Amino acid sequence: MTDTPTSSGKTDELLAVPPSSASDPNLAVLLWRHPSIFWGGILLSIMVLIAIFGPLFTGDPIELNPIKRLKPPSGESWFGTDYLGRDTFARVIYGARVSLVVGLAVSIIAVSIGLVVGMVSGYIRALDAVIMRVMDGLMSIPGILLAIALISLSGATMMTVVTAIMIPEIPRVVRLVRSVVLSVREEPYVEAAIASGTKLHLVLIRHILPNTIAPLIVLATYICGSAMLTESILGFIGAGIPPEIPSWGNIMSEGRTYFQLSPWIIFYPGIALAITVLAVNVVGDGLRDTLDPRIARKM
Amino acid sequence: MIGYIFRRILATVPVMGVVALFVFLMLRLSPGDPAAVIAGDYATAEDIIRIREQLGLNEPIVVQFVTWIGSLLQGDLGISIFTNLPVTTLIGQRLEPTISLTLTTIIFTVVVAVPLGTLAAWKSGSLIDRFVMLFSVGGFSVPVFVLGYIMIYVISMELRWLPVQGYKSIFDGVWPFVRHIILPTLTLSVIFIALVSRMTRASVMEVLQEDYVRTARAKGQSELKVLLRHALRNAAVPIVTVIGLGIALLIGGVVVTESVYNIPGLGRLVLDAILKRDYPIIQGLILLFSFVYILINLLIDLSYCFFDPRIRY
Repeated sequence: MTDTPTSSGKTDELLAVPPSSASDPNLAVLLWRHPSIFWGGILLSIMVLIAIFGPLFTGDPIELNPIKRLKPPSGESWFGTDYLGRDTFARVIYGARVSLVVGLAVSIIAVSIGLVVGMVSGYIRALDAVIMRVMDGLMSIPGILLAIALISLSGATMMTVVTAIMIPEIPRVVRLVRSVVLSVREEPYVEAAIASGTKLHLVLIRHILPNTIAPLIVLATYICGSAMLTESILGFIGAGIPPEIPSWGNIMSEGRTYFQLSPWIIFYPGIALAITVLAVNVVGDGLRDTLDPRIARKM
Repeated sequence: MIGYIFRRILATVPVMGVVALFVFLMLRLSPGDPAAVIAGDYATAEDIIRIREQLGLNEPIVVQFVTWIGSLLQGDLGISIFTNLPVTTLIGQRLEPTISLTLTTIIFTVVVAVPLGTLAAWKSGSLIDRFVMLFSVGGFSVPVFVLGYIMIYVISMELRWLPVQGYKSIFDGVWPFVRHIILPTLTLSVIFIALVSRMTRASVMEVLQEDYVRTARAKGQSELKVLLRHALRNAAVPIVTVIGLGIALLIGGVVVTESVYNIPGLGRLVLDAILKRDYPIIQGLILLFSFVYILINLLIDLSYCFFDPRIRY
């Protein structure tokens, strides 16, 4: 996109006083001043604990029980049962693992790849134009369609689903890293490092990389949230993780046919997914405000 | 000015080229024999040979690309493997529902999100501001199809106000059209409203800090005029930009929403094509959606001159 001049330029940024908590090393004070990180973090921790230990306490998520088909929620099966009599509660609890693993894997891989490509693009002028045109092109392909097409061509496994969700996220990371690199590379300390004969890779790692970390942490949380949503959408339309794995998207996909009879098969995993993504996004918003108010402009 | 428009239009060519190259290579570079993948698990050897012939996969890859780009430039998206109809014909048949749904969604979003965001910025810190922020965080966290099913459950099944699923063309009467399009539009709008109201709030808030807003208030302009003429007008550029970028979100949402509400549009076409691995259709639709996205963002870039007369290229 074309950068547009706005009248609020440098002066506003100079006048704005950043919250002092950004430099405050005390974690408790930080959490108290930013309740969104606190509450989002608590919610997210609960979901992570459920994902890790939950399946140990619930029943078997794939155990069939034909007598108890499509039973509504009750004391015995809290979230009801599906068309094969499987316990929806056990399946939803197990699904937390799939969602969180996909979210985490996608954000880590996308950020790592984007970081390298973005640094190269921002620092090596000769490659910049080519890389950015490729990123523009990749960005204009609707992410979900691209993911669906990639999966339908390479077969649905956990691996291909993570790859397919990750690829459309890369341009966002590259653009962010590149914009940071472009502004940092003109700083006197970078010039000084170059003038004193520091090797290129050391300049990149020691002087430029640290500047990208704060905005990347924030972006990684957003990518994690959107990856979990995309995973569920892929599962829902039947192009995601293999159907025998109880991911939230797969549970909801199977619930479609019986929706008018047994809406709980869609609602409970939907609620679990919404809570998890909400927690991730709230933490992301909190981190964005805490780490650097100026990041907000770039997101 | 004209030079700028010309250069900006020219700049979309390499981007479109990258999209085309990517879509082309996706099939050819995928692991295994693409013809076998497309033919599916129950295909005979003749099926695979026929598909390979039909897609021209026997030619050298450069020849394939040149032929493909050549026919693409003539508006030929190839022929569907399963129906044997040209992809452009199939797209033409499914175009109307998708266009209706996206247009109603964009209109509804702008009508709701821009005033909401402006109000939130004006009464920053108030209850309405908190509500808008909560809604925008929430809107990004609920998957489109879950929202769709919640609405079907509450409004169509419990309250019986609107039909559960389906689509009626606007040419068959306005009232049936409206009754069928309300729920899909509401569903698809939520995430878009979250995005646009958030951006409106942020950019109006920034403009309200400006000196000229204080001047306008000091000379006794009514708050409504201050908000509309001074704040919103100056905040328009980022708002319009985010609407354009949000189109990508919308396209993904259309595919899912059409599936939930059983609307025979392009989203359903692409999903059916994916289940049958009808690659020419997938390819054609990805290209179409990407080009529409690029074109809309081109138009938005050009519209900056209109929204902000300071921008002169």
